[in-house]
Amino acid sequence: MKLHGRHLLGLDGMPREDIQLILDTAVSFKEVLERPIKKVPPLQGKTIANMFFESSTRTRLSFELAERRLSADVVSFTTAGSSVAKGETLKDTARNIEAMKIDMVVIRHSAPGAAHFLSRVVNANVINAGDGSHEHPTQALLDMFTLREKHGSLDGLRVCIVGDITHSRVARSNIFGLKTMGAEVSVCGPATLIPREIENLGVKVYHRLEDVVQDVDALNVLRIQLERQQRGLFPSLREYHRYFGVTKEKLARATKPITIMHPGPINRDVEISADLADGEHSVILQQVTNGVAVRMAVLYLLGISN
Amino acid sequence: MKLLLKNGTLIDPVSGKDEMFDLLIVDGRIEKMGKSLSADKAAQEIPLKGKIVAPGFIDMHVHLREPGFEHKETIETGCRAAVAGGFTAVCCMPNTNPCIDDESVARYIQEKGKSVCEGIVDVYPIAAATKGRQGAELSPMAELVDAGAVAFTDDGSPIMSAEIMRRALEYSSMYGTPIIQHAEDSTLTHGGCMHEGFVSTRLGMPGIPPIAESLMVERDVTLVRYIPRARYHVAHISTRGGIAAVRAAKKEKLNVTCEVTPHHFTLTDEAVVGFDTNTKMNPPLRTREDVEAVKEALRDGTIDVIATDHAPHTIDEKEVEYTLAPFGIVGLETAVGLAITELVEPNVLSIVQLIEKLSTNPRRILSLPPIQIKEGERANLTLIDPTVEWTVDTQRFQSKSKNSPFHGRRLKGKAIGVINNGKFRLSQP
Repeated sequence: MKLHGRHLLGLDGMPREDIQLILDTAVSFKEVLERPIKKVPPLQGKTIANMFFESSTRTRLSFELAERRLSADVVSFTTAGSSVAKGETLKDTARNIEAMKIDMVVIRHSAPGAAHFLSRVVNANVINAGDGSHEHPTQALLDMFTLREKHGSLDGLRVCIVGDITHSRVARSNIFGLKTMGAEVSVCGPATLIPREIENLGVKVYHRLEDVVQDVDALNVLRIQLERQQRGLFPSLREYHRYFGVTKEKLARATKPITIMHPGPINRDVEISADLADGEHSVILQQVTNGVAVRMAVLYLLGISN
Repeated sequence: MKLLLKNGTLIDPVSGKDEMFDLLIVDGRIEKMGKSLSADKAAQEIPLKGKIVAPGFIDMHVHLREPGFEHKETIETGCRAAVAGGFTAVCCMPNTNPCIDDESVARYIQEKGKSVCEGIVDVYPIAAATKGRQGAELSPMAELVDAGAVAFTDDGSPIMSAEIMRRALEYSSMYGTPIIQHAEDSTLTHGGCMHEGFVSTRLGMPGIPPIAESLMVERDVTLVRYIPRARYHVAHISTRGGIAAVRAAKKEKLNVTCEVTPHHFTLTDEAVVGFDTNTKMNPPLRTREDVEAVKEALRDGTIDVIATDHAPHTIDEKEVEYTLAPFGIVGLETAVGLAITELVEPNVLSIVQLIEKLSTNPRRILSLPPIQIKEGERANLTLIDPTVEWTVDTQRFQSKSKNSPFHGRRLKGKAIGVINNGKFRLSQP
């Protein structure tokens, strides 16, 4: 079984069987991660570059771990240490990386479409590790993996994404992926942070958590960034927490336990209360564990496609 | 120079002619016009059966980039592109460096225009409405008019201050020169790089809402209503709302006109999917409904002019992340083909209406003398083959820049030659 494309740029338009294949493959890799020796050989001899033009701890570590556990050779950089600071264009940086005979590139960048751009100018397989507010496909895949693990199936599962939808690549990739897999998706957040015409993606829009909690199996809570307040998108963190923060009180009307997810890093007691983040229905740390397995699956499937 | 244009269909909105005529042109003047002029040994005969002879086209929205940005385009390469596209005149925008806010720059550009391509293209500067295009103080409009400026604009940037816009409209009204507005309320467009709507939501791209345009047009129309003899022209209109505001203003008999670009009647924001930076322009590509509104407005006369917003950028400038790429595409060499393919073929416009929007109307708006196609007059003509099918190849562009989203597109109809100022050029087939 192989994926349809040579790259993982996003989940928008990715066929259901490809998502299925990645999630199924990740199951075996998760099993590998339980072993005393967590290393397998499929990408031996392959070289992978992690190009992070935006700071990231979790995603970068997760990719590096996944790559090393598949026995790939790994080089990484973040903007501070790269030639980008010297004014080199993304195209030139990419071509130089490729001149060093890199097989796969993982890119994180602040511009939507940066991974697409890269896939046009280099021959390596490109994996999008987040492009601006556009997509973060491996995050959504690991979210779906975690939901499937917990609930058995994504078909008919009711998931609400809470917070700043407009600026969230996690939200977009989750919407595309979950819809393809047959889940019911809704979003909940302030009207200023819900992008226009998102209903046309087949999601329901809410502005009060209390209205959602009776009809939902899982909440995927997004990080709220203070800089959005400075741009006039919401009045204060205090108000945000009181009206959009996920708390026990707001979940009081739920008729059954709701799975709590968060892509991290968490602002404790801002978008989510600490007790829920650490509570029995939180799968936030499982998401992190699963992230390595899912990224191993993606790297493996793209690696063998060459 | 002695030319015999043989068997072409003369279409002249000014005289109302739409029939086969032969024209004998001697030293740049129309010496004889008739049904079948006899061959003249000394004259070069141009067989034009099935082709159209029209008054010379003018593109009233061109960025020639000189002075200051000669790596993108020069007056010479821009004029070559104009000739290839069938234009005998271009109006160049003031966002040069130095910008056209001083008579010396206006005069320099016209001098240069006369010296390139044997002066076949008339180059008319459009000067800045405010000093340095900063939107704060009026440019020396009277001096600029005397130096040949045909209109004023801060194009690229809107005139945001209502106060400055009011004064610009008042001051320019003394000279009958229009203020051309890049209609965008920039307080609504911070960081935007495509139309705000479903596609921008899907792509996670910062959006430019359509109301940024319509709000500005509505405000400006309010100012025009208040100011006697104000003349106002909306550059590159793109939204249903903006068009509605112009239509309402025209109904009130206000002196309000507008133009549309070929890309805004051809493409929608769906073209941005895939992140090709040659789909990034300002105003951005809009929705299918907006394109339909544009076509309706072309048909009912709300949109007076087709102008290209020819905006050359180098490959290196465009081959970057979408959000970092500069706005704009080149348009001179695809305008006629796109207009015939997208408007004339599907019966949105008749060929006569198209010629009005490419020649008669822009000349009227800019107070340029109408082109007379009759014996004794200077020949200022564009020759069109309305049926030839061709494929856009940016590598064959005369423009220095190749930033076009239409590369590889099949088009029907093409300008095949221009005659102006005693010169004659055939475009390459």
